Amino acid sequence: MPQTNAHPGSALETCGLSLVYGSGETAVTALDGVDFAVSAGEVLALMGPSGSGKTSLLMILGCLLRPSSGEVWVEGRAIANLPDRDLGRLRLQRMGFIFQSYNLFPALTAAENVQVALELKGRDLNDAAGLLERVGLGKRLHNFPRQLSGGEKQRVAIARALAGDPPILLADEPTAALDSTNGRAVVNLLCELAHEQGRAVVVVTHDPRVGDLADRVVRIEDGRLCS
Amino acid sequence: MKGQRTRWGLGMAGLLAWRNLAHDRSRFIVTLVGIIFAVVLIAMQIGLFLGFSDSTTNVIRHTRADFWIVAKGSQNFEVTLPINEREIYLARSVPGVAAAEPLLVQFGNWKRPGGGDESVLVVGTDLNTGLAGPWNIVAGRLEDLRRPDAVMIDLVFADKLGVHEVGTTVEILGRRARVVGFTRGIRSFTTSPWVFASYRTAQHLTGFPETDTNYVIGTLAPDADPAEVRAALVAALPRTDVYLSEQFAARTRDYWMFTTGAGASVLVSAVLGLLVGMVIVAQVLYATTVDHLPEFGTLRAMGAPRAFVYKVILGQAVLSATLGHLPGILLALAVAKASEAGAAVILIPWELAVGLYGVTLAMCVLASVVSIRKAMDIDPAMVFQR
Ligand SMILES: Nc1ncnc2c1ncn2[C@@H]1O[C@H](COP(=O)(O)OP(=O)(O)OP(=O)(O)O)[C@@H](O)[C@H]1O
Ligand SMILES: [Mg+2]
Repeated sequence: MPQTNAHPGSALETCGLSLVYGSGETAVTALDGVDFAVSAGEVLALMGPSGSGKTSLLMILGCLLRPSSGEVWVEGRAIANLPDRDLGRLRLQRMGFIFQSYNLFPALTAAENVQVALELKGRDLNDAAGLLERVGLGKRLHNFPRQLSGGEKQRVAIARALAGDPPILLADEPTAALDSTNGRAVVNLLCELAHEQGRAVVVVTHDPRVGDLADRVVRIEDGRLCS
Repeated sequence: MKGQRTRWGLGMAGLLAWRNLAHDRSRFIVTLVGIIFAVVLIAMQIGLFLGFSDSTTNVIRHTRADFWIVAKGSQNFEVTLPINEREIYLARSVPGVAAAEPLLVQFGNWKRPGGGDESVLVVGTDLNTGLAGPWNIVAGRLEDLRRPDAVMIDLVFADKLGVHEVGTTVEILGRRARVVGFTRGIRSFTTSPWVFASYRTAQHLTGFPETDTNYVIGTLAPDADPAEVRAALVAALPRTDVYLSEQFAARTRDYWMFTTGAGASVLVSAVLGLLVGMVIVAQVLYATTVDHLPEFGTLRAMGAPRAFVYKVILGQAVLSATLGHLPGILLALAVAKASEAGAAVILIPWELAVGLYGVTLAMCVLASVVSIRKAMDIDPAMVFQR
């Protein structure tokens, strides 16, 4: 029986999501009946103790992991039956990812890092300069990651995630490796990107200051959302 | 900003491939050294094979004879049973044969002027027809061989035979001979140097019976059909084998290169070079890929298609192959050039040089298959799990 989503306007939505890692004696229930939605133009902070299932939920939202049960809608489209190849295309065209450890290509300059994403998304490589300018790195186009500070690296990663103008940004602990000034700058940037351009932004974080700046905070404990 | 989309037609994948290689310079140098080593090894072995192969037939190929008649069952040029001189006249009587003459090839013992013995191959030819005999003469004249005791040797063997000057007197099988000239670049596959002489001188020096000879060589009438004449010769000379020149050259070459195993051992070394090179390249390409595994995970997480990852890894293979082949083949060509003065020549024709690029490319691409599997096995979700 195909389910329909309850909030047609939401960028991401889940219903009755559960996730079990492994099986038998070693089975771990990471998510248990998660109902969740985030809409365009909203910054949502996903907070909770270590091991509570934040990353697991983010991976499911990012179509990198299939839930054990429950349904996920991306911009109103159910993805349970899509083959891996289509999920890859969905990630590429509709989502941008930001990681705790930046995951830049160390052998490429800032501009080239962004250009990889632009080429994959079929966009003009010349957009890289504009994107880096948008994150305040207009003067560091030709620097390699090792020549950049942590905050600058994370901003390059954000510029890369912005390539192709995706409506959804997913970030896992984007400020964990940054000092408070740089962390705040990155969160402010994510908020601007959500509000100005109507993107849905999900930020997994331990950082209470991120919670303060977010539009909404969702808490998760032992794989369940608590309101 | 400078777009780099057209780099090697591989776009950003090509750039990433190149930068991944260049990023770890010392390892890239190890890769290149490995490929260069393999290319040089393979080029040397095949070049030696070609050089040997060439030297087994050089005397045959430099005669103007159309056919060769030899005692039944002979397998190579150097060692044959004698045939009766009457076969010459029988051959001349076959329709379509324009000329026929004897040719003598006999092992002999050469006493160096400074002392010591060397085994040599004395080649006696009819100087009047010019069908066979020494070529590439760099000292003395062909006419000088008409003197009763005159011989010519090659500069390649000057040291070995202990003769560096025209006019030096030596002893062959206890008979006096005089070196009246030198040739250049006439190598022999057996370790025995060639000693060129007139037919009469060769007979005298080797003590070969006047009624016998080793070979009858000859030419065909201009309009004669080679296969037909050969068939007629076979019918008219039942105690002999008759070959057209190319057939005889091929038979001699195959004997030395394959029946004796001399060529096979050289080819085995070439294959070993290929395997060693492949293992080195596979190792290094694998290590490069493993080093950059998180990046391939990032690419897959971003939604990059598999083809993009293939392009990066194959790009690494193609770049390594190209940058390793070029210096490798140049080095091999330099060694080949240097070998021209020695007794064993290494031949690297352009077909070999170009063909080896294909081999290197195939080697590198095959070596990267393991890496591709490794890169494809990673779970894109791993990018979040650290
Ligand atoms: N690949 C896996 N196999 C088995 N169990 C896993 C796996 N990944 C996560 N888990 C378990 O699932 C639960 C949720 O993990 P998850 O990584 O989602 O937590 P988290 O909230 O992101 O934690 P942290 O704040 O430490 O990053 C944990 O108990 C974890 O041990
Ligand atoms: Mg986590």
